[in-house]
Amino acid sequence: MNIVVLVKQVPDSGADRNLRTDDNTVDRGSANNVINEMDEYAIEEALKIKEAHGGEVTILTMGPDRATESIRKALSMGPDKAVHVVDDALHGSCAVATSKVLAAALGQLNADLVICGAESTDGRVQVMPHMIAERLGVAALTGARKLTVDGATLTVERQTEEGYEVVTASTPAVVSVWDTINEPRYPSFKGIMAAKKKPVQTLSLGDLGVAPSEVGFNGATSAVLEHTKRPPRSGGAKITDEGEGGVKLVEFLATEKFV
Amino acid sequence: MSEVLVVVEATREFGVKKVTLEMLTLARELGTPSAVVLGGAGAAEALSAKLSEYGAQKIYAAESEEIDGYLVAPKATVLAELVTRVQPAAVLLASAQEGKEIAARLAVKLDNGILTDVVGLAADGTATQVAFAGSTIVKSKVTKGLPLVTVRPNSVNPTPAPATPAVEQLTVSVTDTDKLAKVVDRVAEQKGSRPELTEAGVVVSGGRGVGNADNFKLVEELADLLGGAVGASRAAVDSGYYPHQFQVGQTGKTVSPQLYVALGISGAIQHRAGMQTSKTIVAVNKDGEAPIFELADFGVVGDLFKVVPQAAEEIRKRK
Repeated sequence: MNIVVLVKQVPDSGADRNLRTDDNTVDRGSANNVINEMDEYAIEEALKIKEAHGGEVTILTMGPDRATESIRKALSMGPDKAVHVVDDALHGSCAVATSKVLAAALGQLNADLVICGAESTDGRVQVMPHMIAERLGVAALTGARKLTVDGATLTVERQTEEGYEVVTASTPAVVSVWDTINEPRYPSFKGIMAAKKKPVQTLSLGDLGVAPSEVGFNGATSAVLEHTKRPPRSGGAKITDEGEGGVKLVEFLATEKFV
Repeated sequence: MSEVLVVVEATREFGVKKVTLEMLTLARELGTPSAVVLGGAGAAEALSAKLSEYGAQKIYAAESEEIDGYLVAPKATVLAELVTRVQPAAVLLASAQEGKEIAARLAVKLDNGILTDVVGLAADGTATQVAFAGSTIVKSKVTKGLPLVTVRPNSVNPTPAPATPAVEQLTVSVTDTDKLAKVVDRVAEQKGSRPELTEAGVVVSGGRGVGNADNFKLVEELADLLGGAVGASRAAVDSGYYPHQFQVGQTGKTVSPQLYVALGISGAIQHRAGMQTSKTIVAVNKDGEAPIFELADFGVVGDLFKVVPQAAEEIRKRK
């Protein structure tokens, strides 16, 4: 099975994250940039399918030059190769334009299965799998906590508010996964060394047949007008329980009219 | 005034979800609200009373086994047809998994901008969003097409405005491409009378400090006394104390209730990302240095197994 995993480089969610003051895009310059955590689960799932059914796993990333670090990190887990869509004109692209670019790249890769994280930790927009599926005219099985492959038939358990849905489709398809689906492997030393030699193909907008005017700020379908940092919350009263902690807690709740 | 389409979010068990009432309330500020019900046969009938109560001037009903039996794509196709026909002033959907997914497909079909996790929307289409776990407030706008936004639960105070809407049945004509992802089963888990986590006015969450799955009864008891939902930190979920769908945090649900009670939760960034926009935060933790106290409006440094039962007893006394 030919599997493509979408990997996004994002600012580390464990540290302070900012938008740039000049153009309101994500400030990647001052951030520690890492693989979107949910994508590691997508990579793991792809590797498990390859191990069970054979095939090839390709990483697909759209992002600036520095996303190369995340691509090498992804490859160190075990995928065979990577494709990096990189073009200065992409800076400032909206989700709709991003899906156009990724769909164009996927169109060249002939994937049976596209796997991605259910959302990225920076935007948390959760729209990419369905946008790509809509453009490619393939099934989207999203929010999977379990994926079963039986020949060309895919079955997922999709987490919902009330429980889960069992959803099936035939390949080709896009599957997005939550972090409940598996436990991603750590790259081995051998894997890290091997990743340095794995092929990484770069594609420009020209290679994909997408015009620069369709992406970036010019082609954006939405705009951030301004942003402000919310002042950090400050702690209020803190008491130490000396036998009356529970009562005092309820007294506070009563003054706030919760009891 | 122009129509504003509100795509109804509902569950089999509880009917119309609160976020739908919030969207109807918001839509009244922007134009004339029309509710859109996308579901199986008879779906609109069961929901119409509530939709009328909150000001729906019209109800569009698309009811078909094709809508119910396949994932998302048929809904987007029906909605795209409706949007093209009525040219609404805006389209509002719930900022939850399915609402975002329908909106995603609609955006591509119509080549229209999309804004998610919106907490406010002005008449000129300027939306307010919270980014980076609530640390950044963003003002944004759809610049191509109509305002297509998903509204985050607990953003608007829902207020009734009774109306008597006409019901218009929509013809459902979907393509084979819309029927690629077939729903073969729906399994209910964790049924109960508690409010849904992202919509609840009160959330009581437990963390690693709760110690084991059995002790979560204590968290549930306090939640029930306060009429709230139960949440859990990632540490508690990873340790198997509580199911994943109740996880609050960066890789779980984002909640923004009136009251958030954190029990035995240290307050790692992972967790704070999902709850720090709560109006009032209360914490109980035995470690006085735990970062959760930096957020808490009221904190108790102590043993939750002593503090929580005492608090529960005190609430019962006052009731």
